[in-house]
Amino acid sequence: MQKGGFNFDLYQRNVELIEKNNYKVPKTTKTGTTIVGVVFSDGVVLGADTRATSGPIVADPNCEKIHRISDYIWCAGAGTAADTENTTGMISLQLELLSLSTGRSPRVRTALTLLKNFLFRYHGYISAALVLGGVDFTGPHLHMIHPHGSTSTLPYISMGSGSLAAMAVLETGYSSKMGEEDAKSLVHQAILSGILNDLGSGGNVDLCVIKHKSMEFFRNIDTTNSKRKFRKKLPYMFKSGSTKILEKEIEEKMRKMEIVNEKENAIEELEEL
Amino acid sequence: MELIESPLQDLKKEVSTGTTIIAVQYQDGVIIGADSRTSSGSYAVNRVTDKLTPVHDYIYCLRSGSAADTQIIASYVSYYLNMFSIEEGCLPTVKKAAHMFREFCYQNKQYLLASIIVAGWDEENGGCVYNVPLGGSIIKQPFAIGGSGSSYLYGYCDIHFKENMTEEEAISFVSKGITEAIARDGSSGGICRIATINKDGVKRRTIYGNELQKFWEK
Repeated sequence: MQKGGFNFDLYQRNVELIEKNNYKVPKTTKTGTTIVGVVFSDGVVLGADTRATSGPIVADPNCEKIHRISDYIWCAGAGTAADTENTTGMISLQLELLSLSTGRSPRVRTALTLLKNFLFRYHGYISAALVLGGVDFTGPHLHMIHPHGSTSTLPYISMGSGSLAAMAVLETGYSSKMGEEDAKSLVHQAILSGILNDLGSGGNVDLCVIKHKSMEFFRNIDTTNSKRKFRKKLPYMFKSGSTKILEKEIEEKMRKMEIVNEKENAIEELEEL
Repeated sequence: MELIESPLQDLKKEVSTGTTIIAVQYQDGVIIGADSRTSSGSYAVNRVTDKLTPVHDYIYCLRSGSAADTQIIASYVSYYLNMFSIEEGCLPTVKKAAHMFREFCYQNKQYLLASIIVAGWDEENGGCVYNVPLGGSIIKQPFAIGGSGSSYLYGYCDIHFKENMTEEEAISFVSKGITEAIARDGSSGGICRIATINKDGVKRRTIYGNELQKFWEK
């Protein structure tokens, strides 16, 4: 009896449905994404775009891709939106319990091991590519985690469909002596590069700056890409008379009600019941 | 959509250490070397990878194949080796580490893509090099090469290898080999990482791209 893991019993049925019955497979929401992380002198900066796509359609133009694992350990996720959110959620729980049982503040390395072991067990079927960054008592850390479970520790990382565009910016601008403002600006530029040059990325720029015992989340720090010139005001309000009335028919739906017998203490009787 | 998707298809492929790894026995121990490229299709995911992974104080493994598989296997072996050495109260032999790697690779051969070279120093046997290729066989060799770039090195190694080299000779052997492979193999690149393992411990060094020797180029 299979304990845990995926159940592929319906695989054959699905294949037949698609081939013989022309069944249209629903599209999963993917974050065709640009996510970036950079280490600077005092900590780590994480950045992400905010577009979630479902095939060629933008399912959510302003979603949050930077997830909290612990107060000072955050994780940006690319791949299937459900996978990244649930994986980071689960590891966040496990890390909290571990931290309570050991009586120590959580380490980035621990989150890394939990994530990599979890993803490895599913052989890449859980499509979560993550940039894990944080500051613990040993200092700032930044790691990249691939869906198959391999990890790398680097001073600057980019992942997602826009990673090639972002990496170009990072390789040009990165320096090991960067301060906080330089790092924020570099991450901002890298995400913008992804948003402008990659079709799977778009929307606004989110930034997260983590230092020792401090975390600042800049949600939608840059919204220049969302300011579309021609936009209808919501909700849709049409002037009275914009639709021509062709026919009018009035039906009496409700007959008059007669009060036959009124009980004075009806409410008290109900309460007693 | 077809045109746009092609560079992205690389990112969806499994990350592999398309690699060059070399390990050689010398007078006092072993010298191990590797390039530093981890690729996913034709995109270099990490250009400064460290493929020289310690599994114990005097024992290292060189990883090639799937990055995820080899990282996990090295993690397991390192854990078990530590447990055994604490229980037995002495340092593990390279043979024990190599056999442990073999056990993992052979018993799970359907699921894994891992080709590993185990090299280190122990008191009884001095420097040892064991090759544990894809299927899970184990061969003790005076020198071993592995990874995609190793195809270009069989001739070079057969001609230039000597028994009981000095440390400088062995480092030169390894670094020139890695340089050659980086020059000829597309999946190998970056910097050359080298480590010397002998009774005094492990000494690591890095040879950067511009310091690598140039062969017959102008």
